[in-house]
Amino acid sequence: MTSGGEALIRALADEKIDIMFGYPGGAALHIYDAIYQQDRVQHILVRHEQAAVHAADGYARSSGKPGVALVTSGPGATNAITGIATAYTDSIPMVVISGQVASHLIGTDAFQETDMIGISRPIVKHSFLVQSAEEIPSVVKKAFHIATTGRPGPVVIDVPKDMTDPNHKFEYKYPSSVYLRSYPILGESDANEVKEAVKLLKSAKKPVIYAGGGVIQADASEELIQLSKMVGCPVTNTLMGLGAFPATDDQFIGMLGMHGTYEANMVMSEADLIFNAGARFDDRITNNPKKFGIAAKKIHIDSDPSSIDKIINVDVALQGDAKIVLGQICEEFKNASYDKSNLEPWWKQVKEWRNKHGLNHDMLNLPNQSDIILPQQVIQSLYKTTKGEAFITSDVGQHQMFAAQYYKFDEPRKWINSGGLGTMGFGLPSAMGVKFAFPEETVACVTGEGSIQMCIQELSTCKQYGLPIKIINLNNRALGMVKQWQDMQYSGRYSSILYEDSLPDFVKLAESYGHVGIKVEKFSDLNDAMEECFSLKDKLVFLDVLIDPDEHVYPMLEAGGSMAEMRISKKDRTF
Amino acid sequence: MISHIAILMENQPGALSRVVGLFSQRGYNIDSLSVAPTQESTLSRLTMTTSEEPEVISQILRQLFKLIDVVMVQNLTSAESFSIELAIIKLALDTGEVKKIIDGENKISCNIVNEVDGFTMFEVKGESIAIDNFLSSLKDQEFLEVSRSGQLGMTTGMASLRTNDQTKISYD
Repeated sequence: MTSGGEALIRALADEKIDIMFGYPGGAALHIYDAIYQQDRVQHILVRHEQAAVHAADGYARSSGKPGVALVTSGPGATNAITGIATAYTDSIPMVVISGQVASHLIGTDAFQETDMIGISRPIVKHSFLVQSAEEIPSVVKKAFHIATTGRPGPVVIDVPKDMTDPNHKFEYKYPSSVYLRSYPILGESDANEVKEAVKLLKSAKKPVIYAGGGVIQADASEELIQLSKMVGCPVTNTLMGLGAFPATDDQFIGMLGMHGTYEANMVMSEADLIFNAGARFDDRITNNPKKFGIAAKKIHIDSDPSSIDKIINVDVALQGDAKIVLGQICEEFKNASYDKSNLEPWWKQVKEWRNKHGLNHDMLNLPNQSDIILPQQVIQSLYKTTKGEAFITSDVGQHQMFAAQYYKFDEPRKWINSGGLGTMGFGLPSAMGVKFAFPEETVACVTGEGSIQMCIQELSTCKQYGLPIKIINLNNRALGMVKQWQDMQYSGRYSSILYEDSLPDFVKLAESYGHVGIKVEKFSDLNDAMEECFSLKDKLVFLDVLIDPDEHVYPMLEAGGSMAEMRISKKDRTF
Repeated sequence: MISHIAILMENQPGALSRVVGLFSQRGYNIDSLSVAPTQESTLSRLTMTTSEEPEVISQILRQLFKLIDVVMVQNLTSAESFSIELAIIKLALDTGEVKKIIDGENKISCNIVNEVDGFTMFEVKGESIAIDNFLSSLKDQEFLEVSRSGQLGMTTGMASLRTNDQTKISYD
């Protein structure tokens, strides 16, 4: 016989969950007591509930397994909200368990009561308020089923305290399967649509494959690469899709969108066929949707039918699981003749674009190098030192874009960032989640002095659990991305982006948490410091790199324009 | 243009708030809404009208269907369907005076419910637009109260919004 609290943890274990991230409190005490009395599920104590959810998120993104967070009611639950919204926007499989006041107190404004189901409703895939202790195993089963299938997303289970009462015992049984009549899961796509897609692919003269996070979620990289090789066309990845197609492959033209490469954005503008695999025509990609891909036929693979024709109307809609649908397309493509050499004129054009304004991936060897460190050089030094094999988590801002542009991800699930919601503070706690999923792998968090201070308390968690994460702080002494916009659109009126003399000494800060801090101020010291940082295998190292405070991220799409309307540098623009 | 949408959803706490919440989250308007359990107690049927543009309607239908609690969605406007609304009206008139008002109406059917202390309550059935018109013809009356059901509807013939599926949890 088990109590509700024991049943909850046992159900997690039966769901093959071996780790969860959380923070205890009154309404969750019975659950924590159940955690104490077992050893199948390890609980990681963070320092703030937002970090618990981000850590579960980083764990999920890197491993492909669902992340689990546990928080208490009231402030515990509301602190988790930013993390849940982050996971929701990027479609990350996750289950968040929140304690709730006892059911007879719900609605009485009890101590630490908030309506978690109501507050989280717009940012969850689904949520459950537990109505009886006996239903806990089936609720957990349904929650994981929903979180991990179709278009994944976070599911909240709100557990009133009396549901976990240790004195109320019942017989535990974990369901082997669940079928929800209201939740169809898409698999294969319609065969006629697949045929039509292949016909368009074969007849296109200027095709491009544009792959997003959906390919990574569906573990469909292999199929994407197979199709790309057969078609032989340029391939671009979204911010969320980096690594879905290998960045060092000749067919890769870089990231597209707001800060995408010149060639990727030009290819999207001039293409006669846009093949979207698992992306959602986000506004950071399309720029002005009315000016998007005007000359192109469009094909869209998505596991969420509501994403299709939401922003951009498409010619062929392939609703289904990206892995299965890409497989169907590969099969169909194989069966008819096709001559890749027809794309030679297109490639010639692409290469011209690349030669004209492509990113310089050799900025460590710039002529006339001063001692001022450019942010791009830090990323290239990081790439070189880690041989391109590290897990890189990121916060949000200029450093995120530099990392996305200059770290060449060859594998899926190695690039972990908050793409849709743009959550500052995501980098460090998500790196903790990655490190728990892959204890033997190198994990670096690329951040800025603004973002890192949003969840810096997690340095303490890293100390407690011995997590040797490398924090690469691109320190430009300002909120850089906001500053860039203020430079460009507000005549350099720097409203609330400077800290005066209030920045901490990050080296001492790291040391006070029991870690190693290294400060780099000169370019000539950069590579050695980076080497040293990664040579300290068992230590968390906070590498505080003082970079050029005036650098902007380019290319940059011009608001309201087409994808061809870009600023290339502070002086040059295409329009 | 008014669109009429029918939804079959799980009869569970919170399900209605997800449907209604979706509309406010995504900036859609609901003109009328009616919801009650069906003959099968685990399901509720909800019908609503909205005056969004057709391309928005197709997005609304997909977003509604995506909600885990929603079992089926149907756009009654784009199918052969019948629709009707019920209103209960109370005026500060006696039964005789109300009879005079309703006698000439042919687009709605009216039925006097009761008269208490000189206040007459009557029910009106018909298409929503006919009820709108009838109500505006009453605007000079001392108006006390009106309660409308919102537009109800279903498709004609064999087509129907139903499911035989049951949610199943297995333990082997």
